[in-house]
Amino acid sequence: MKIIVCIKQVPETNNIDFNPSDLTINRSHVNGIINPFDLNAIEEAVRIKEKFDDVTISVISMGPPSFEKTLKEALTYGLDSAYLISDKLFAGSDTFSTAYILAESIKAIGDFDLILCGKHAIDGETGQVGSEIAENLKIPQATNVKKIEFHENKKIIKVESDTENGYRVLEVKLPALITVNKEINVPRIPSFKDARKALKIPIIKWDLGKLKNIDKTKIGLTGSPTKVVNIEKFQKKKDTKFISGTPNEIVNELYQILKDKHVV
Amino acid sequence: MNLEDYKGIWIFVEYTEDKISELTFELLGIGRRLADKLKVELSSVILGHNIKCDLNLLFHYGSDKIYKLDNKHLEVYRTIPFTDALEYLVNKYRPEVLILPATSIGKDLAPRLACRLETGLSADCTELDIGPDGNLIQKKPSYSENDYITILTPNHRPQMITIRSKIFTPQTPDPNRTGKIIEEHLELNESENWTKILEIIEEDQEDANIQEAEIIVSVGRGIKKPENLGLIKKLSSCINASIGASRSIVDLGWISHYHQVGLTGKTVKPKIYIACGISGAVHHIIGMKSSDFIIAINKDPEAPIFQVADIGIIGDLFEIIPILIDKLTIK
Ligand SMILES: Cc1cc2nc3c(=O)[nH]c(=O)nc-3n(C[C@H](O)[C@H](O)[C@H](O)COP(=O)(O)OP(=O)(O)OC[C@H]3O[C@@H](n4cnc5c(N)ncnc54)[C@H](O)[C@@H]3O)c2cc1C
Ligand SMILES: Nc1ncnc2c1ncn2[C@@H]1O[C@H](COP(=O)(O)O)[C@@H](O)[C@H]1O
Repeated sequence: MKIIVCIKQVPETNNIDFNPSDLTINRSHVNGIINPFDLNAIEEAVRIKEKFDDVTISVISMGPPSFEKTLKEALTYGLDSAYLISDKLFAGSDTFSTAYILAESIKAIGDFDLILCGKHAIDGETGQVGSEIAENLKIPQATNVKKIEFHENKKIIKVESDTENGYRVLEVKLPALITVNKEINVPRIPSFKDARKALKIPIIKWDLGKLKNIDKTKIGLTGSPTKVVNIEKFQKKKDTKFISGTPNEIVNELYQILKDKHVV
Repeated sequence: MNLEDYKGIWIFVEYTEDKISELTFELLGIGRRLADKLKVELSSVILGHNIKCDLNLLFHYGSDKIYKLDNKHLEVYRTIPFTDALEYLVNKYRPEVLILPATSIGKDLAPRLACRLETGLSADCTELDIGPDGNLIQKKPSYSENDYITILTPNHRPQMITIRSKIFTPQTPDPNRTGKIIEEHLELNESENWTKILEIIEEDQEDANIQEAEIIVSVGRGIKKPENLGLIKKLSSCINASIGASRSIVDLGWISHYHQVGLTGKTVKPKIYIACGISGAVHHIIGMKSSDFIIAINKDPEAPIFQVADIGIIGDLFEIIPILIDKLTIK
């Protein structure tokens, strides 16, 4: 069985990294990390590999050369190969173009049974790339999945896909693409042995020269259907009234306000 | 693609059994405004089998037309038959804008469809307008904490977007409004790509419907430790408030995601919103800025939360809240 995991490097969020003394955000080093949901996808692939014989896992990422670091890190979880899809002309790709490039790259890798993606990337948080890859490859999809179970013949999986008020149990024929959420598993800490093995695995780097089937009119800044045309600062909306004084004075005033508002 | 061939605004209707979702009416609200500005029709598109909803409501809330496709394969949501059906309708009637709800179904369907139609898709838009050239101006918060980005889909149609609930308001329903229902038929052929639904499980919701709350006490990482949440719980029970939270503390696992307010959480509009130890990243502000009255407690005078607050308290929540609780409980 061949599994492909799509991973993205995202800026380390301030959610995790803060100064222990006063709990303010530590912005001094914004690092690139593996998108947290993609770690769940990697973990799930590794668990499948542990359960069955003859499973190979490839990891793939489209992005600038600096993403190589992320792929190296991914390999330490005990994966078999890693592909970095990188070309200057890919820069500025929106989700449509990104998914198209990834799908063409996956076709170039060859056969696969299962593609795993994260539920969404925490930078843009669109959660679109997975479904768009599935559509490009014309394979079934299940999104926001918290459990994957294999049928005996390994050609069909049963998944639990989260909804607003519960979940849906779906049967999906392989090959398929599944996007996973945090509930599916708790990613492990890579073992020393796997980490050492990873050092010996070369990162396979492909550009447009290798991926000749890619239609250049569908990629990059010019090929992306959506265009970011403006970035602006969030507008201040209100004249804020500040209350100051000792804590007791502040509370007295606050109490009066709550009273006026009929809260007390 | 000839852009001129695409006319009109479409809303994808989501419903359960016989009830159209509230979010659908919100989408019709913004859809109506966009349609009026463009001087085009607003249409609802509804897929299903033996649909029992009161479709007239879609007219009351602003729809001019309803496209209805009934097929036994559309009885419950599945990615491929729904994509096939919408692809067929879009290619036949060519709307310039297609708006879907950012729900679990909408988020599964919209990218699959956008890719099939080879067009762009913007997730979770929070402001929409029509540009001078007739393009849909799509705005939303960007990754960085206090920026807003504007997106266009200038050369592809339809321009597709998703919207979360409570971002826009429905228009007042007009019971005299009517319109035309166009019944469509399409043969859908099952394929390897169709998933099979084995079960649909509905779970009891945790008791935290903060979207209905009149008063919300909301808490962020300023609370420092999960053990300190007791303080917030005490305050909220004194004033009969629900508890909201920033994503930081949801991500840290200190409180369940049912409480999260913001772009990727819930949008709330209580009478009073008290933000305690929340910095006010635009992602959070998007979800609470329409509250009637906002009180913010933060020890950092520069915290952006003060920009949307009616009352700003620059101070330590650990000093202020206990005194406030005392005062509230003595009475
Ligand atoms: C795509 C995307 C979507 C997002 N969606 C959401 C969302 O839906 N909701 C959301 O909330 N966030 C969301 N975020 C995260 C958001 O950007 C912020 O990281 C988050 O809101 C910060 O939470 P916070 O204010 O609790 O934490 P911090 O930013 O760490 O702020 C803590 C605040 O507490 C104050 N403080 C500390 N100690 C005290 C004290 N003793 N007394 C008083 N004040 C004190 C500090 O001065 C500081 O301002 C999203 C981010 C991205 C990228
Ligand atoms: N550039 C990329 N390279 C590889 N995988 C990606 C890339 N962008 C997105 N993905 C995958 O698609 C998922 C959803 O991303 P997004 O649609 O950007 O929220 C991620 O969790 C990844 O699994």
